[in-house]
Amino acid sequence: MNAPGDADLAIRAHGLTKRFGTLVAVDHVDLAVPRRNVYGFLGPNGSGKSTTIRMLCGLLTPSEGEIDVLGLSVPAQAEQLRTRIGYMTQKFSLFEDLTVRENLEFLADVQTLPRARAKRRIDELVEQYHFADRQRQLAGTMSGGQKQRLALACAVINEPELLFLDEPTSAVDPESRRDFWEKLFELADAGTTLLVSTHYMDEAERCHRIAILDRGVLVADGTPDELTGELAGRTLLVAAADPRRAQRALVGVDGVLSVAQIGNSLRVLIADGRGDARQRVADALARAGQKADIEETAPNLEDVFVSATHDGEQERAA
Amino acid sequence: MNLRRLWAVVLKELRQMRRDRITLAMIVGIPVMQLVLFGYAINLNLRGLAAGIADQANTAGSRAVVMDMLATGVVAPVAEARTPDELVAMLRRGEISVGIAVPPDFEQRKAQGREAVQVMVDGSDTSVQGAAAQLAQMALDASTRAREAPPASTPPPAPIGVVAFYNPERRSAVNIVPGLIGVILTMTMVLFTGVSIVRERERGNMELLIATPLSRTELMVGKVLPFIAIGLVQTTVILALGIWLFTVPVRGSLLDVYFAAGLLILANLTLGLMISTKAQSQFQAMQMTFFVFLPSILLSGFMFPFAGMPKVVQWLAEVMPLTHFLRLIRGIMLRGAGLAEMWIDVVALLAFTAVMMSAAILRFHKRLD
Ligand SMILES: Nc1ncnc2c1ncn2[C@@H]1O[C@H](COP(=O)(O)OP(=O)(O)OP(=O)(O)O)[C@@H](O)[C@H]1O
Ligand SMILES: [Mg+2]
Repeated sequence: MNAPGDADLAIRAHGLTKRFGTLVAVDHVDLAVPRRNVYGFLGPNGSGKSTTIRMLCGLLTPSEGEIDVLGLSVPAQAEQLRTRIGYMTQKFSLFEDLTVRENLEFLADVQTLPRARAKRRIDELVEQYHFADRQRQLAGTMSGGQKQRLALACAVINEPELLFLDEPTSAVDPESRRDFWEKLFELADAGTTLLVSTHYMDEAERCHRIAILDRGVLVADGTPDELTGELAGRTLLVAAADPRRAQRALVGVDGVLSVAQIGNSLRVLIADGRGDARQRVADALARAGQKADIEETAPNLEDVFVSATHDGEQERAA
Repeated sequence: MNLRRLWAVVLKELRQMRRDRITLAMIVGIPVMQLVLFGYAINLNLRGLAAGIADQANTAGSRAVVMDMLATGVVAPVAEARTPDELVAMLRRGEISVGIAVPPDFEQRKAQGREAVQVMVDGSDTSVQGAAAQLAQMALDASTRAREAPPASTPPPAPIGVVAFYNPERRSAVNIVPGLIGVILTMTMVLFTGVSIVRERERGNMELLIATPLSRTELMVGKVLPFIAIGLVQTTVILALGIWLFTVPVRGSLLDVYFAAGLLILANLTLGLMISTKAQSQFQAMQMTFFVFLPSILLSGFMFPFAGMPKVVQWLAEVMPLTHFLRLIRGIMLRGAGLAEMWIDVVALLAFTAVMMSAAILRFHKRLD
């Protein structure tokens, strides 16, 4: 896949850095988010996802770096951006003591949608987001998943060109999560660019492109296929009689990045695909007296995630 | 400033307030409670106050005056003294609440129309003071007229001097109620806006608000507007109760009263906003509110006479909106003055509002850091 041209970029950031005192929450991150894409943002807790999103929205002032969002320089021109973007915060930020409809009305008003259009748009969203029978319910009394649905409805009230979603599905059940993502893809099809942070690998897999942050550093960036492709030959499936003991035998072996038990077999991620590490895995199992079948398997995004965040750890340790 | 967005904030505040029972109760509850407590505490019709008497004249006239005072039932004699100094000592020891001193030259003083009888009261108890003041007014009047119907040429009845110890200024509900409007408005208005911005921050709404096109002026002004109406409602409650319960006069124009109240409301609301931009939590905002509330009450002239304070404290008091409001409201309600005559205080309140509002807007940034 070719790198998209500049004109097609919704977001471009260069050397983006944010320091809180001595803590470097975001460390020289370069980003390029193509328009009409669903761009996934991954990373462990505290890796700087929310901080990055806030800087891109102009809510936090970067310590260093340049940001260009929809052709505007941020944070200098952030105010001009306000009507063109939507932002769904990680923590529920709507008014709990206002009803569903009142929250929507408030946002329609501050976005200064013409009155007739505001009413039509609110009715439409109430319908689409299944709030028809709870328009008068106080937002604070809704379930976690319902709140997130309402937050999304409110974030798109102005039909934004660019939508920032910070862990939008953290409280949503699996089935509703599918519905939620249907909505996101509908928005993308309609031409919206979406930047979504998530901890769910199945969600990451559905993104056009993903970026992985680790302790503020961008450690991977590309399409899911590109990223899993780079790991070819580095994931092994080990079928052992006693997986628990086999796992203990493999932990700490040089070149083994992670060992995870999946049912009765182990999924082993090794540092490189050239015979070396694989041989050491086999040796370690033999030493522990474990008879095991080792075979290569197709890497998935979880492997990418583990590998990316693990590599960083090793670099730092070195 | 966009009116649609401003309206959005006002409407949101009103809707939130409507669902906040405690705030709703505070709007009417605080004025009613304060007024009734303050008003009645001062207006108590005390009877049987322990009195000490030092009648140094001991003439028929002086004895008649003392008897008349005792006949009211307000005071009951518990001690006799030879000199006023002894009365003072008894007052200090708390043996008596009221001392009645008749000087040796009583008859002469009365004839000259000078102060003929002195009523000393324990001013540390304001209700005692109020009662004694009433007592002093009626006693000599009644006795002189009833007993020796004076010829037309004699000077007007000699006044009875009341000296309040430990509390130099005498007050009554009439004096308290106008000031109470100011005190209540200072307390509630500063608190309302004082918590308003921090509350959004604490509840996590701030991140939503600053990510919208809402300007900081729209946000700030939108948060002040609904409370102006609330403040005027409170003013009405206090005025109505004051007139009904304590027959407090409104000698000037009612419109001026509301205008002055409006000025104080604005000054306090903007001060609250300023506090809110500084406070890290609602609790801190409340602490700061009390930090400004106490000096306001103590130094504005509500509690202690302004003139008696040291110059430096007076300057400090000039910075407080309540000081200027008290001058305005007492002028309008008690002296029947017009706002135009007291334009300096009007300007002071307007200037305070302008400075606080600008400072609050400038201090507030649409940023999380
Ligand atoms: N205002 C702040 N002051 C100080 N430190 C902060 C501030 N905001 C964030 N941090 C720190 O910056 C780092 C990155 O935080 P951030 O919220 O961006 O992480 P995240 O990737 O969104 O994590 P999560 O997945 O848990 O939401 C954390 O170590 C956090 O403690
Ligand atoms: Mg986060």
